[in-house]
Amino acid sequence: MIPQPEPKADILARRDSIVVALRKLVPASGVIAEPLRLKPYETDGLSAYRQTPLAVVLPETTEQVAAVLALCHREGVRVVPRGAGTSLSGGALPMADAVVVGLMRMNQILDIDYADRCAVVQAGVTNIGITQAVQQHGFFYAPDPSSQLACMIGGNVNMNSGGAHCLRYGVTANNLLGLRIVTIEGEIIDIGGAHLDAAGYDWLGLLTGSEGMLAVVTEVTVRILRGPEGARAMLAAFRSNEIAGACVDSIISSGIIPVALEFMDRPAIHACEAFAHAGYPLDAEAMLIIEVEGSVAEQDGLLDRIKEICRAYDPISLKVSTSAEESAAIWKGRKGAFGAVGRISPDYLCMDGTIPTSRLAEVLGRIGEMSAACGLQVANIFHAGDGNLHPLIMFDANDPTSFHAAEKFGADILRLCVEVGGCLTGEHGVGVEKRDLMGVQFSEIELEQQRRVKSAFDPDWLLNPSKVFPLRDAAPLAAE
Amino acid sequence: MSATALLPASRQRPEVPADEAGVAAAIRAASAAGEPLLVGGNGSKAGLMRPVQAARGLSTRALSGISLYSPNELIVSAGAGTPLADVAAAVAAKGQHIISEPPDFSALLESDLAQTIGGVVATNLSGPRRVTWGATRDHVMGVRAVNGIGETIHSGGRVLKNVTGLDLCKLLTGSHGTLAVLTEITLKVLPAPERRGTLVLSGLDPVQGVAALAAALGSPYAVSGAAYLPSLLAARIPSLAWFKGPVALARIEDFGLSVAYRCDRLRADLAAFGHAELLDDGASRATWEGVRDATPLVGEDSAIWRVSVRPSAGPAVAAAVSAAFDARWFLDWGGGLVWIAGPASEAAHHAVEAAARAAGGTWMLFRAPEGLRAAVDVIPPEIPALARITRAVKASFDPKGILNPGRLYRGL
Repeated sequence: MIPQPEPKADILARRDSIVVALRKLVPASGVIAEPLRLKPYETDGLSAYRQTPLAVVLPETTEQVAAVLALCHREGVRVVPRGAGTSLSGGALPMADAVVVGLMRMNQILDIDYADRCAVVQAGVTNIGITQAVQQHGFFYAPDPSSQLACMIGGNVNMNSGGAHCLRYGVTANNLLGLRIVTIEGEIIDIGGAHLDAAGYDWLGLLTGSEGMLAVVTEVTVRILRGPEGARAMLAAFRSNEIAGACVDSIISSGIIPVALEFMDRPAIHACEAFAHAGYPLDAEAMLIIEVEGSVAEQDGLLDRIKEICRAYDPISLKVSTSAEESAAIWKGRKGAFGAVGRISPDYLCMDGTIPTSRLAEVLGRIGEMSAACGLQVANIFHAGDGNLHPLIMFDANDPTSFHAAEKFGADILRLCVEVGGCLTGEHGVGVEKRDLMGVQFSEIELEQQRRVKSAFDPDWLLNPSKVFPLRDAAPLAAE
Repeated sequence: MSATALLPASRQRPEVPADEAGVAAAIRAASAAGEPLLVGGNGSKAGLMRPVQAARGLSTRALSGISLYSPNELIVSAGAGTPLADVAAAVAAKGQHIISEPPDFSALLESDLAQTIGGVVATNLSGPRRVTWGATRDHVMGVRAVNGIGETIHSGGRVLKNVTGLDLCKLLTGSHGTLAVLTEITLKVLPAPERRGTLVLSGLDPVQGVAALAAALGSPYAVSGAAYLPSLLAARIPSLAWFKGPVALARIEDFGLSVAYRCDRLRADLAAFGHAELLDDGASRATWEGVRDATPLVGEDSAIWRVSVRPSAGPAVAAAVSAAFDARWFLDWGGGLVWIAGPASEAAHHAVEAAARAAGGTWMLFRAPEGLRAAVDVIPPEIPALARITRAVKASFDPKGILNPGRLYRGL
């Protein structure tokens, strides 16, 4: 079990009265305190870790969130914000003495403005829900994390979620205009709005990716974009990781930025093909999915140029989709990668480091050596354009030795990412999973500066206090 | 504090450390003495925001040079004091560009000093491409900086996707040197477009013009610039002068074939607004440089404001300030950025504030005599709950308040 700060004994002792007080603030069904009904909130997408919270509150308005936080602040109760609970880094893992504030009942789209290309949505609206609400007019919300059917925009903001199309459209931070937040004191603050570049400090930028440690986000103003005329994908398969990596470099240096540029290694190709039957080449060591946008003629022009570049790298196969169905099939394998790996291994850890793209072949080589040394299989999926690597480490959760080996393997991969000039997490967040590795990337002075920024928002360290920062250091602050 | 401590450091000789360690030493010395520092690069934008009263000056201009440029990884790192033009030239040599199209306001701000990359990041100023491709802050991938106690910190790095820890890159970008002194910056860059084309619709009133820009930005053709200029100001950009009327401009940048195709399609889509003329690559470049640098306002002997509102509200802001004083204005960012020139008076400033507030937006008093900048809110004040956080965050970086005190807010 992952270490947590010591629960506050006085809070545990006052549990019943805290629950009674919460019930006065939100509708009756919005406070959950019965052990059986707390079960679904014990964990998130990092299901190896579990902890029953003190209680769960499901507010329906920003004002209710404010009332709940004001109460928790007054009583010294820790708060863990939660969206859909899809975090892969344990960002929503509860604490025994914490109230989980779930935003899933705040699921309304409040305004859509096509002329100004923005929408105001509550934090509990799903990522895909935004696109679904605007697609009849040809618009979409750009960031597309793999969990987009379930994950909520409030969670996306807190983790600064990415997706497969970041190379062209950016991550969550690049697609926001405004936030309504509630501070731990229960004050409601609007940041930004429907306009660009709010004056003063970039609170929007700081809050995005702050993992629930600074404030609770209740409403989000997002940019919505008009979609392209069309998009088409192609597959290119190569004889080695080195060759595929060199081909990626050539595409970028030719001046073409595909909207997506995904890399899969041999184990990932095999797992996904068995699952999706997408026609992936099983004799390849590495495969690229390359997507371009525009009119049919523009797509043809770009794909022809990309094919020509690929041909210089002795590809095993080049396959350009000729229809929307074929493009969908190509993506089905990639988007189903997690499920596919789940079929061949009882459990897996999905890692999320970023590396300079020029170091790809070297990093994959070293991951291969580590895999052989620890006896755990790994499949690598990589957003090749932006260097975001997702090694999927396969293990058996019923075997504690296997789980610990997988965790160690994962940590070693992330250390390697930092060593070659990259970072611990590209889009999943630090959460609890990578918290104890923060010292690999940051000096103690840098961590202290970040902690002081958290303290500026949350002096008592009540908001999601067990996340992001190494615990041995956070504990004294949190215990104050 | 001695008498000289009350003299603006801009009139004194700033310290110019040769490296990051020197920056840290200068800050520690100022911190130990409890004396404020006016922080800058070359000082090309020293006239922005509120005047700073500081005993000492610190310039990062000697931290100059590109330390890393990896075109295939779309990354460039440079010392904060590197002239922006040097960075732009280095990436242009590899067919790439700085995405946010940073403006050159030297003419507007009456400065002949070369702006540095640190200055661009510290002020988060972006050009016309901002409307589609994001602001400078969206492309800052990493920074190194020294805080107000002389500690060196880094945030982000040299990769394009990074959510490790709090995003201090964004917090420091646009903080005008009030939290930490930037020493090195890493920017994402992209391939420069092969060609540009601009559709020009003339004769539209501001509301129709902005509606046309909304249609263009809401089209599938990736419009990367959308501006509206009344006739008087359009006439001050030579490539637009012959239209002899107000103009609405929509730019497309891409491979040559795409530009031709998309301009054709967009012109057909905008037919309801009249027949759009097409500016070729050269005329497009000249036109958008003028919009970027606000050159139509350069000759105005007046104060200048930038107001940011939802794009459809731009015409209402222009109308409101025009009713209050003799205003010259034009619109960028699809209508959302309102450039305004008018009398350097508190009354005019309050009219701009009121117009921005009524539209739910924000303002910046961009150019004005020191007296006016010291007297009014150059940017909107924050509500008390947020102002408390601002003070606490400022103190977390700069507990003695020695870095550019008062630059953003009075007493901060």
